Amino acid sequence: MNRDTRRTRLVLATLLVTAFVLITLDVRGGASSPLQGLRSAAATVFGPIQRATSTAVSPVTGAVGNIGRLGDQRKEIKRLQEENDGLRRQLNTSEVERNRATELDKLLRVAGVGQYKVVPAQVIAIGPRQGFSWTVTIDAGSRDGLRRDQTVINGDGLVGRLTTVGFTTATVLLAVDPTSSVGARLAASMEIGIISGKGGQPMTLQLLNAQATVKKGDRLVTFGSQGSRPFVPGVPIGVVHQIEQTPGALTRTATITPYVDFTALDLLGVVVQPPRRDPRDAVLPPPSANPAPPPAPQQRGGAR
Amino acid sequence: VNLRRLGLITLLLIVALALQTSVVSRLDLPGATPDLVLLVVVSLALADGPLTGVVAGFAAGIALDLVPPADHAVGRYAFVLTLVGYLAGLAQDEAERSVVMPFVVVAAAAAGATALYAGIGALFSDFGVDGRTLVGLLPTAVLYDVLLAPFVVPAVRALVRRAEPDSVRW
Repeated sequence: MNRDTRRTRLVLATLLVTAFVLITLDVRGGASSPLQGLRSAAATVFGPIQRATSTAVSPVTGAVGNIGRLGDQRKEIKRLQEENDGLRRQLNTSEVERNRATELDKLLRVAGVGQYKVVPAQVIAIGPRQGFSWTVTIDAGSRDGLRRDQTVINGDGLVGRLTTVGFTTATVLLAVDPTSSVGARLAASMEIGIISGKGGQPMTLQLLNAQATVKKGDRLVTFGSQGSRPFVPGVPIGVVHQIEQTPGALTRTATITPYVDFTALDLLGVVVQPPRRDPRDAVLPPPSANPAPPPAPQQRGGAR
Repeated sequence: VNLRRLGLITLLLIVALALQTSVVSRLDLPGATPDLVLLVVVSLALADGPLTGVVAGFAAGIALDLVPPADHAVGRYAFVLTLVGYLAGLAQDEAERSVVMPFVVVAAAAAGATALYAGIGALFSDFGVDGRTLVGLLPTAVLYDVLLAPFVVPAVRALVRRAEPDSVRW
């Protein structure tokens, strides 16, 4: 039992100032912030706890998610639940396992075609949405050869890049995070641009060439960074969804539908060794697999 | 300072943090994510006063700032939760007398924390906060925390009471 005394206020003021100083230090420091070491240490210490929790409850979270989505079938589920509770749990787990196997297959295919050397890893924690940053934790770290600013992909395409790397866990900054920007190349015309994350809103593409021909359904791959960090070249990102008409602008803007479903990430791969040569668009899924309509035969008629 | 109480607070915060990052965030509920850590800080403050609230808030905040997948500036949650812990602690006496008061405090804390966290982001610019998203998140942030409150607040209060069995209540 304690009361609001002068001592309490002194502690309050001290801690608030400390927090403020930390924020300032961290923001000023950027990637070379003195607090980065602290962050890695926290990841190393807390990583095992997160891994254990994640393993213990993964069938439960899976089951809860399924019930929420089925909605109108809830009554029937309830009836069935009583007679095969045990069976259902088993089924759920095996379905998750099967999905993971499929994801791993896809990931391996992408890694094979692009000649990336990947370390597979699983998502074990997700940041809260009130945090306004789109990050997840994976269960691989410096022990598995991961380092800061490596590309993270899954079987569908680009997921993001690594920021903090602990001993057994690492943090992935997703490509949809508002602070994320990725150099991109249009597979059809080789035009380059920058894709920026917009959080919950669709990602946008800014083409450097305002005269570039771009149309709905055009596919995008990563352009590749210097030294392949943070982004290796040739990873599929998504398709052009809508082109924004802004007369007189120096760049062209379009919204992008990513290949990756950022709310259902599970098995990811970290590219620990970039391809020896740029795979260009060889890794892209065939156009027919796109949600977008097939590209029209004439290229010139597109918006200009 | 009571060692048992300190141990209890540490344990509660670690459990809340693990559940928060590995379970609650993965449920993928519509809107905001239920904030277990905030709830535990508020519950501790309501059960044990402003000093406990301040210390627990700072500790929880620093942990939230450092533990993956955190990627924001260190100190941001610490600032918010320290203040939330203090303010919730001030309402300790009212919360003990009234049934509704804890819910009011939790609701205010959920809304206030979300807004303040975003505000600090805006203060240091380029943290990717936009007002429309914030306003959209507020109702669910408050709703989830208020729904969880009847489970967390009494449980934490009972644990804190048990940690100091020989103290005199008045």
